[in-house]
Parts: sequence; structure tokens; C-alpha cells
Amino acid sequence: MFGAGGGTSSYQEIEETDCVLLWGSNARETHPIFFHHLLQGVRRGARLFAIDPRRSSSARWAEIWAGLDVGSDVALSNTMAREILAAGLEHREFVEHATSGFEEYRAHVESWTLERGERETGVPAAVIREIAHAFARAERAMICWTLGITEHHNAVDNVLALINLALLTGHVGRYGSGLNPLRGQNNVQGGGDMGALPDRLPGFQHVENAPLREKFERAWGVAVPPRKGWHLTEMFEAMERGELRALYVIGENPMRSEADQHRTRRLLEGLDCLVVQDIFLTATAEVADVVLPAAAGWCESEGTVTSSERRVQRVRRALPPPPGARDDLEILFDLARRLGRDWGEADPERVWNEVRTLSPVHAGMSYARLEAEGGLRWPCYDEQHPGELFLHSRFWERPVVGPRAPFQCLEHSPPVDRLDEEFPLRLTTGRRLEEYNTGVQTGVYRSPVRRGETLDLSPEDALRLGVAEGERVRIRSRRGEVVAPVHVDESLRPGLTFMTFHFPEQVATNVLTIDAHDPKSGTAEFKATAIRVDRLEAS
Amino acid sequence: MTTDPIWFTPPPRSPRVPEAPPERPRERVALTVDGEPVEVAKGATLLDACRAAGREIPTLCYLETLTPVNACRICVVEVEGARVLAPACSRRAEPGMVVASESERVRTARKVVLELLASAVDLSTAPGLAELMARYGARPERFGAAAATVAQPAKVDNELYLRDYGKCVLCYKCVEACGTDAQNTFAIAVAGRGFDAGISTEHDVPLPDSACVYCGNCIAVCPTGALMAKPEHDLRAAGRWDESRQTRTDTICAFCGVGCAITLHVQDDRIVKATSPFENPTTRGNLCVKGRFGFEFVHGRG
Repeated sequence: MFGAGGGTSSYQEIEETDCVLLWGSNARETHPIFFHHLLQGVRRGARLFAIDPRRSSSARWAEIWAGLDVGSDVALSNTMAREILAAGLEHREFVEHATSGFEEYRAHVESWTLERGERETGVPAAVIREIAHAFARAERAMICWTLGITEHHNAVDNVLALINLALLTGHVGRYGSGLNPLRGQNNVQGGGDMGALPDRLPGFQHVENAPLREKFERAWGVAVPPRKGWHLTEMFEAMERGELRALYVIGENPMRSEADQHRTRRLLEGLDCLVVQDIFLTATAEVADVVLPAAAGWCESEGTVTSSERRVQRVRRALPPPPGARDDLEILFDLARRLGRDWGEADPERVWNEVRTLSPVHAGMSYARLEAEGGLRWPCYDEQHPGELFLHSRFWERPVVGPRAPFQCLEHSPPVDRLDEEFPLRLTTGRRLEEYNTGVQTGVYRSPVRRGETLDLSPEDALRLGVAEGERVRIRSRRGEVVAPVHVDESLRPGLTFMTFHFPEQVATNVLTIDAHDPKSGTAEFKATAIRVDRLEAS
Repeated sequence: MTTDPIWFTPPPRSPRVPEAPPERPRERVALTVDGEPVEVAKGATLLDACRAAGREIPTLCYLETLTPVNACRICVVEVEGARVLAPACSRRAEPGMVVASESERVRTARKVVLELLASAVDLSTAPGLAELMARYGARPERFGAAAATVAQPAKVDNELYLRDYGKCVLCYKCVEACGTDAQNTFAIAVAGRGFDAGISTEHDVPLPDSACVYCGNCIAVCPTGALMAKPEHDLRAAGRWDESRQTRTDTICAFCGVGCAITLHVQDDRIVKATSPFENPTTRGNLCVKGRFGFEFVHGRG
């Protein structure tokens, strides 16, 4: 945020903060060791508020659980902001010195009274008020979130809504105050940092920013396309239009992980050429023209990954890959050679040192330092720089250094897949503790708590539908249907249902989900599908 | 978004390196250990003071990442003027204390503690215990063959780890790790009293019926091997567990974005155990079920 795509705080700060809004995150199950730090904070007296449609295992640790309706995050943020302003609890000095667009923002949220907020979010007015006041009054406060914020058609707006609250209360750029997206894979952060985004070069340097781009062109001796590329969803749209005919997929299983699976299969099978580089013969690899077996990055090869606290850490080769599987880097270097470019030896440290010459925020991170210091947090500008514990302290300089942080006026936009009489239930998806993504890595170990895919229903809905625990039911959305056993889950409110996508061979959950996506980030709305549930004999 | 200047250019460098607020300087406490003057920060323990003086104090139930519970009494030291020996792991250093870390009384206490433990408990898989017994001349056999033991069949009720309480010294570390010090799951506690005390799930139900989430953070802190991951146990049972042929490689777990340091113990090109370093600031030695047990997929390919 504010030009650097990473969480602003370090894990140690969450142990010393006074207030945490855990928003759209079940970190207890999805980021268990981060949750250890969070619980240390709670034990030291931090107030924890869980904002989540589900009363998840994380929410059980919260002082208050705000069970908002799926997709009403912007409405809740606007209401909290309005209440903070009405009570005079905004951080006036921070707003004046470090932000822009405040007056428009104030006017924009003015109509978001507690009553309107309750109506649009389903969260009682008194609860919204309590959380807003606690957050604004705290000496230090953090917002932590996960995909409950970003897997929506208005994902970017949702993130901006959280940023607005931090700006309004001055809870960013200080020790113990910050904005923290928890990353889902061990190198989601690092991938973005390295420019695996359609508009960025390594170190958040925008590809359309000519001086920055030219720096890379000089170093690489090639012209870099001056326009940003497609994000994942735009790539599928380009396949639909026939503009994208060849695809090289590395370590991703879109056949199982993409929303609206029937469409995904049709598009992938319709390509002229599909190359898949993976550690498994995934469902996507099965339809590929060429499969390149790869080494497992975290234990069979050397390199770095970057965590949710921006810490760059070394991964190391603990054992050799199986016969025939090769390091990703070796495969890419070989491919370059076949395409007429000799990049020299596929040495990860050499590649990293090139990153250090081109990305100023990584410049100080030599392999020697990463070894000796157990990793370093970016930005780390030179070999003497310790790496920043928290980001954006510049907002607290007087006068502020660099551009001010803009407030954004955001409209509440409910989920695209509307509930109606035919599809009256809201399905949201997520992970469970013992499983990971499409299950290709976690399906192997013998977890005693694994119970396979279920449709989790509230006790009220189970009663209304007349279905019992374990009974197999038909689940239909506007895109497809699956059959899954019922699990009655008291953490769900009436009208809300839950599934994972961990067991795609058993239940293809993503046949149901909608590919409506955020135009800015390309993230699909996995968190909000309209479904109906029918008993098998009845339908 | 991309046309907004704040996103278009990387943010300027903060003029000052962000730092945590300075800690209040802590008072120093002066004492003597084995006649040697030592200074430690106020709040430090006698264990800290002894270590600062270069003394090696044996511990069983103590771990830097856990709250001391004073269960094992192996770390006791003698404080001049005190009636009883003090557990070094939890007794705070006070100004002017005169501490003897290895006096005859201390050595006798440690010897008897070791003898009582070794006569009752199977310590065959407890690393470092044999050396400690030799150091203090412990002779558990002097209690005779009829000495009561906690021998009992190992509890094997799931595929990930087993509990062999015939090897348990009741150090409470697993309870602490499962509780407030790390995992906050509270699946286990000490049940019973006296010689019948033991670590138990609620109503002694099998693990799959308990609150256990299989993080294995109890295994990580167990000092005797009473708690052991299944792959290690099976290799030991087959006589194929050989630490001399194992490599340990530190890497980062792949199952989420927290960035947990993970040490892979590899024997014959197979991962046989996953641990995390206790000194790692992210994990403090803890992992989740995926990190500790989820590595098997690596071998399911090719």
C-alpha cells in the first residue's frame, strides 16, 4: 500500500499492540504461527475484534465477533469511519499532515450512520460503534486481513476501505500500528516483490514509469514492453477472445483453483500450446502439451522467499529432487538458451545479486547477511541498513516526506451473485487448518482431523432443509452443481454456508463459484456464491 | 489505481530507520556465583546469572520459550542463608545473593533426582540424560529391581505421533506448549496426583476425540522422546533410525505466508523429521500440523 505492496508491521509488533481488527481472516487455522503472536498480544491485554461472516475458530478468541454479511466490508468501514468522525475520535494531526482528500471522504461517509450500517452489514449498530471507538481510541492498533477481504469482485476497494480507517485514526507508520495482509503461500509476497505482477518490475517499480523501465532495459539489454500486461482473470478473458493462444503455467493448478471450472477447462483445452511446470502431474498438467517436472522449491532447491512481515529468508536444498525433476531456475535458463539467449550459469545467488542491483529496497540483502541475520525485512537499502521493522514512518515526519496518503471514497457494492428465491443461500469458501489449497500437497499425509469435503450448514438451515449430518445433498449455483455431505456447523449464521476447495477430486467446489472479479486486481469472488441446496431424493 | 502517483513510484525512503520504542533501562542486580561477581538485569533468574558466570546448569523442564514450572528440580542451586535449594530456572536474582551452583548439597540433590527419575522412567530415548547421570554419579539401580515404575504401553491412536508415557518425566513442557505459552489449544493437562500423576487428554480420551490439532509442538519440547512423531518411531522400531547419517537443513515452510523456519532432518534422501529452531523469532520452535507432518508429499512423486 502507498506504493509498496506489503504488510506494514512486523510480527513482534502484534504482541505489543493494544487493539487488533482481524478482518476476513481465520488466521487461527490458515496462519497458525502468526496467530501465536496474536494470542501473545491478547494475553498482554490487546483487544481483539473479529470481523468475519463466520464465527470462526479465530473469532472465538475475540472480545467481540462482528458477523457481517458476506461482501459488506466497505459498508462496515464507511460506517465505522462515520462513527469515528461523529464522535470526534479521528487523529486530526495525522489526517492534516499526512493525508489528502479528507474533506471529500468526510462528506462521502456522512450518510453512513450506524443505523444504515446495521441495515447494510447485518452487524448491530452498538457493535459497530464499540469496535469503531475501540480502534480509534487505542494507542496502537492494527488491521490484519486475508482473502475474506480480497476474494471479492471489489477486492481493491475492500483493501482501500481498511486503509481509510488506518489513515483516519493514524494507525499506520508507527510501532504497533499497521495494516497487514497475511499471505497465503510462502512466497506470494516475494513473487509480487519480484515483479510477478502484470504492471510491476522487481521492487514495485512500475513498468509504465519510463525512467524505471529504462533502468531494467539497460541492465538486461532488451526492450521491456512499456505497457502493463494481463492479470490472471484478464488472461482467461484473452483466451476467450482468442488473443491468448499459448500459456506457460509454473506451480499453479488453475484447472482446480479457478472459479467457474467448466469454463476454465474449455479455455485451457482450447489453447494452441499449454506448458505446465510443476512438482506434480496436476489436473492442469494432465491437459498440457508439455510438462516440465520441477524440484520442490522449499526443500529441493536454493533461493529466497518473502514472508508476510516482508522478511526475505533463504530456502535451501535438503534433498535431491526425484529423477527427471529439475530446479525451476535451471529449466528457465535452459529454455532461454533454446530461445537463443545465454544467461550463463543458473545460480540463485547470482540472480539474487542482480535483483539487488535493480531493486533499491533489496539492495542491502546479501546472501551472507540473509544467512547471518536469519533473513531481513525490506526495504533494506544498503549493507548497513537493518531493514525496516515497520513501513511508512515517513508519514510521521513533519513535513511529511513524499506524497501524502489519499483517502478513497468507496461505494458499497454487494456480491455480484445475487441471492433470490431460486438461489437463497450464500456460499463462502476458505481453507481448513490441516489442508492446503487444492490438496495436491496435503492430501498425502495422514491427518487425523481430515474429514473430506462437506457443505457446512448452520443448524437452522439444516433443520429447515430437513437434512442430517453426513447426508449427501445436491448443491447448485447458476453455473453448476455438485453433491457433497452435510456438516452442521454452529459457527455459521442462518443463510450462510461454507465449503473448501481442498478435495477437488471428491467435490469440485469451483464448479459452483463465480468468475466475477475485481477489475483492478483480477481476483475472483470466491467468497460469495449464491446456491441452493436440495435433498437428493427430493430433487 | 496505476495512474495514481502514490502507486506509480515506489515510496521515498524513510529519513529515519523505524525502530521499536526504546526499552526502559533495567536496573542491574549484582550477586556472586561460586564466589565470582556477576551482574544481571533486574528480573533475570539465577539460571541467567549462572550462565552469565559461565556455569552449565542442567535443566529438564526448563525451556527459554516456556514459563518455568519448577517440576523437575534438576536445576537447583544453593543460595546462602536459604533453608532449601532454589530452582535456578525460576528464582529471580536478588542483590547480594551468594549462589553455589555445584556444591555438594546441589550435586546430591541432582543425583537423587536423576536416580528417582531413572529408576521409574524409561530414559532410553532421552538425549543427554546418560551423560548427566554419569556427571552426577547417579545409580538408579540402588533402589533395587522392585522399584516402582511408570511402565505402560505406548498410546498409538493416530497416524502422526504417539505417546509413550513410560518415558514421561512429568516435566509439564508439553502441557505448557499446548497451553498458554504457544498453541493455546489445551488438549492435555496433568491428571492424578503423586505417583499416579500423568499427562492426559480430557477424560483420557484418545487424541482423535480430544481437542488436539496435531501441531506437534508438544513433541518439539519433550525432553525424553515420550512424545514422538510416527516416522521417527517406526524407523527406531525397525532399527533404522541413525542420526549419524542424517543431515539437518534449515529452510522455510511452504504451506502459508507466515515464513516459518523449518529444519528438515533427512536420512537416505528422505525427510524423516521436521522441527523448527527455538531461537527463531517467527516460530520459537513451533509449527502447525502442515509444517510438522505435511512433508510426505515430497516423496510421493517421480
